[in-house]
Amino acid sequence: MKVKYFGMIAETLGLEEETWEIGGMSSNVFQEELLKKYPVLKSYTFKIAVNHEIKSKHVMLSKTDEIAILPPFAGG
Amino acid sequence: MGKKSVFIEGAISPQKIASSIAHHQVKTNIGAHDIFLGQVRADIIDDKVVKSIEYSCYQEMAEKILHDIREAAFDKFDLTCLHIYHSLGEVSAGEICLFVFTSSAHRKMAMDACRFLVEEIKEKAPVFGKEIFEDNSHQWKTNT
Repeated sequence: MKVKYFGMIAETLGLEEETWEIGGMSSNVFQEELLKKYPVLKSYTFKIAVNHEIKSKHVMLSKTDEIAILPPFAGG
Repeated sequence: MGKKSVFIEGAISPQKIASSIAHHQVKTNIGAHDIFLGQVRADIIDDKVVKSIEYSCYQEMAEKILHDIREAAFDKFDLTCLHIYHSLGEVSAGEICLFVFTSSAHRKMAMDACRFLVEEIKEKAPVFGKEIFEDNSHQWKTNT
């Protein structure tokens, strides 16, 4: 699945997009994996969007999903 | 506002706002407009002055969210039309970065819808802003 990073998180990781060769995991497992891979994110506030929708509940992720890691918004 | 993009590169010019108002003069069922303009503020943070904000967004999601917000406003309020423009890229202090324009037969609907739209955009649109200081250092802005 495609994982996209934005704003201060993209800046911190030096990365805007990458592909994770896994699917079939739940979004909370994904979040644990993300923090394992990038421990620096433990100190950041972010939301996770799956296919352009913010998910507050746990959902199952598939290989074709687009995941986005979104820091706080600043529009307007 | 059809399929036109909400996002425009750089600041929103006062001329664009004026011509947008002019375009509505043929719609004579309108009795009231309300306009919100967001302007980049030269905040002073730890003795450093913000000279500009550089906006970026998650465009596919932002377009979808703004479409949903627009539909919600049309459902909730009796509007003739509404327009939303948001800047991307660098906007200097004093320049306009958000233009929300609502039109209705009567003032209450136009004013209530305008407020609703601005609050929804600030809360839900995945837009990010880097505040750039005069010494070219920066910090990331967060809506409160």
